[in-house]
Amino acid sequence: MTATTSTSAAPATPAPLADATRDDASLRRFLLGLPGVDQVGVEQRAAGLGTRSIKKDAKRWAIDTAISMVDLTTLEGADTRGKVRALAAKAVRPDPERQDTPRVAAVCVYPDMVATAVEALEGSGVHVASVATGFPAGRTSREIKLADTKIAVDAGAHEVDMVIDRGAFLEGRYMDVFEEIQAIKAACGDAHLKVILETGELATYDNVRRASWLALLAGGDFIKTSTGKVSPAATLPVTHIMLQAVHDWHVQTGELRGVKPAGGIRTTKDAIKYLVAVHEVAGERWLVPDLFRFGASSLLNDLLLQRRTQVDGHYSGPDYVTVD
Amino acid sequence: MPVFEYAPAPESRAIANLKDHYKPFINGEFVDGSGEPLKTVNPATEEVLAEVGTASKSDVDTAVKAARKAYTGVWSKMPGTERAKYLFRIARLIQERSRELAVLESLDNGKPIKESRDSDVPTAAAHFFYHAGWADKLEYAGYGPSPKPLGVAGQIIPWNFPLLMLAWKIAPALATGNTVVLKPAETTPLTALVFAEICQQAELPPGVVNILPGAGDIGASIVEHGDIDKIAFTGSTEVGKAIQRQVAGTPKKLTLELGGKAANIVFEDAPLDQAIEGIVNGIFFNQGHVCCAGSRLLVQESVAEEVLEKLRYRVSTLRIGDPLDKNTDIGAINSAEQLAKIRGLVESGDAEGAERWTSPCPVPDRGFFFAPTVFANVHQSMRIAREEIFGPVLSVLTFRTPDEAVAKANNTPYGLSAGIWTEKGSRILWMANQLRAGVVWANTFNRFDPAAPFGGYQESGFGREGGRTGLEAYLDV
Repeated sequence: MTATTSTSAAPATPAPLADATRDDASLRRFLLGLPGVDQVGVEQRAAGLGTRSIKKDAKRWAIDTAISMVDLTTLEGADTRGKVRALAAKAVRPDPERQDTPRVAAVCVYPDMVATAVEALEGSGVHVASVATGFPAGRTSREIKLADTKIAVDAGAHEVDMVIDRGAFLEGRYMDVFEEIQAIKAACGDAHLKVILETGELATYDNVRRASWLALLAGGDFIKTSTGKVSPAATLPVTHIMLQAVHDWHVQTGELRGVKPAGGIRTTKDAIKYLVAVHEVAGERWLVPDLFRFGASSLLNDLLLQRRTQVDGHYSGPDYVTVD
Repeated sequence: MPVFEYAPAPESRAIANLKDHYKPFINGEFVDGSGEPLKTVNPATEEVLAEVGTASKSDVDTAVKAARKAYTGVWSKMPGTERAKYLFRIARLIQERSRELAVLESLDNGKPIKESRDSDVPTAAAHFFYHAGWADKLEYAGYGPSPKPLGVAGQIIPWNFPLLMLAWKIAPALATGNTVVLKPAETTPLTALVFAEICQQAELPPGVVNILPGAGDIGASIVEHGDIDKIAFTGSTEVGKAIQRQVAGTPKKLTLELGGKAANIVFEDAPLDQAIEGIVNGIFFNQGHVCCAGSRLLVQESVAEEVLEKLRYRVSTLRIGDPLDKNTDIGAINSAEQLAKIRGLVESGDAEGAERWTSPCPVPDRGFFFAPTVFANVHQSMRIAREEIFGPVLSVLTFRTPDEAVAKANNTPYGLSAGIWTEKGSRILWMANQLRAGVVWANTFNRFDPAAPFGGYQESGFGREGGRTGLEAYLDV
C-alpha cells in the first residue's frame, strides 16, 4: 500500500490475493491474467438461464425477495426534499393496502438529500444510500470525491455508491483506480461501499471482469453495473460476469461481497431472470438484500402489481399502485 | 427462507396428441405391418406410451417396391423446383406442429422439453428448408452439370435424436431426387410416424417416403434388400461394421455415422467460465446421448484443479427430472438397457482407479435416470477413456503441451468431433489442422447447422451429412 492511501480504515487485501496488489506491475499482471470472457458463451448462458419458468410459490417468493432488494432511487437534478420524503414513505410502505408487502432495502439519493432521507426513514430499517464521488461522470479531483463521500456519510448515509474513474481504467492506470476505491472505502467508515463500474463504458466483457476484480481487491462491499445515466446500463450477461466474480472471490478468500445491477430493469419478468442468475451463478446464499440489490425506480411498481396479481388472482392495473 | 425452489412447470402432455396405436407407413398409407407389435415406453416413468405396429420382411419388400415405383414414376422425373415445393411444405408443417412434435419427442425419448423444443424440432425444420433450397440448384453444387440421384435409399436412424436424425437423412435424399425407406429406432418410433402424417398433409406422392418401425432384424432386411441403391446408417459402431460387411461387394452405396469419444481440449488461457459451459453442454446435452459428445475432457495441467472445482459446482446446479418440466436440464436415459450399460462402464471406472464425483442433485426414484457424473484422474489406458459411454458421464484427463493434447485427442479409434478452448487464435487454427475429427469447434461445442457438414473418421464412420458436401452421399458422382 502506498503511503497516500493507507489509512487505518483501509482494509487489507485478503492474504491469498495480497501479492496481486503489491505494486502497479503486479496488479496489472493479475488483472490481465484473469481468464478471458467469451462473448458468445456468456450471452448464450444468460439467455439460457433467462428461460427458467418461475411460477406459483416460486414466483411469489421471487417477487417478495426482489422487493426487499430494491434500492429505490431518485437521481434527478430536480430532486427536492418533498420528492425524497415521498420516496421514503413508499420505501417503508410500498403497497399501503397490502401491509404484508416487504419494505425495500434502501433509498438512494444524491449526497445533499441524505439528511432528508435519513430523517424520513429513521427507525424504519430502510437504509439510506447515496451516490457520492462526483456522480455520475466522476470527472473531478480526488479531494472533491472524498469530500462528497464525507458529506454523505456525515449526513448519515448507510451506504455509498461510488463511480470508478473509467478514464483511468481504460488508460490502464489500474493502480490509480485501485487506490481511489481504497481511499473512498476508508472515507466511508462504517458505511458500505458499492463500486459502480459503469459497464456500458467499459465496452468489453473482459474489462467488466477486470474491473470487478479490481473493485473487490480494493475493498468494495458491492460491485454495481451502472449509474443508470449511460446506455447500455445493466444487462444479464454483464451481471453474470459480476456474479461469477463474487462467487470466485468467495471461493478464494471466504469473503462474501454483493452485486447490484442498476438501470434498465423495469419488469418483474426481468427481475426474476436476475434472481435466477443470482441463484445459479453466484449461489443460493446471495439471494439476500445484503448481497444482492436492484438499482431501480420504476421496477418496484411492476413488482407490486405482479404481487397483487399473484395474491388476488387478477391483475389490477397501474392506478392501484402509488406514483411517487 | 433464502431458498429458490422453482415450481414444476410441466408442459401438457395432451399437446402430443398421443394415440394408443401407431402403424407403419407404406406407399402413402398407414398399414397394419405384419411384424410383432412393440410397445414404446416413456423412459421417465417406465409406463407404456403406445403400441406400435412393426414391419416384417415382406413389408420391407412392399415398401421398397413402392419407393422404386415412386422413384421411377414420379420423384426422379420431377423438376427440382417442384421437389423443393414439397420440401418447403414439409418444413413449414414441422414448424406448425412443432409443439406437438417436441412434447411427443420428450415423452418417447426422455430428453428435456427445452431441448426438443429449442433444438431438435427447429433444427429438423431447418434441414428441410436448407435442402429445399438445394433441390433446384443441384447442377451448381459442384458434382457435374446434371447430377443424378441414386434411387431408393434405405435409412436406419438411432434413438438419441429421433426426429432430427430423420430430417438429416430424409431431407437430402428427397432434395436430390431419391426415395426413402426409413426405419426409426425400436425405442423411439413415434415422431417418425407423426412425420409420416406430415408427408400426407404435404401431399407428398405415395411411396416417396416409407417408414417402417421395427427392431434390428428389419434394419437388416433393409440392408440386404436387393433393390435398394443406398444405405445410410446412424448408430453404433458395432452395427455399422456389420452393415459394412453385408454391403461389401454389392453395388450399394453406403454412408455410416457411428460412435464417438470426442476430446474437448481446454488450454490454460481459455475463457474458463465459458469453457465450463461448453464442457457441460458437450457432455450433458441430451443426457450425453450424443455421438459427438465431448466425453473426454483434456485439461492443461496448470488449470486442471481450478477447472474441476468450477465444473463440479456448475454440474451440481443442473436439474435432473421430468423431461416435460421446462426447468429440467437433464432428462431420462432412453432405456433400461442403456442405463445398465452406463452403470457397467461407470463401475469399470471405479475399478480402474478413476476418481468418481456424482452430482448431489435429487434423482427421481421412478424412470431411467442417471445423475451427472465426472471422473477425474482418468488415464488413456482406462475403459472410460476409450469406450463410448453414451450417457451423462465425463472423463477428465490432463495434458502438458499442445502436442500432447493433439496426441491424446487423436489417440482414439473414433473421430467425430473435437473442441478447443483457448484465447489464442493461431493455436485454434493449428490444432484444428492436427485433430482427426469431422467437426472441430473452437470456444463452443455442439453447434449444428444444416449448412455445416457432419461426419466422422475411422470408426466414427464415413460420408458427410449436411452442407454441399452432404449432397454427395445421395448423388451418383
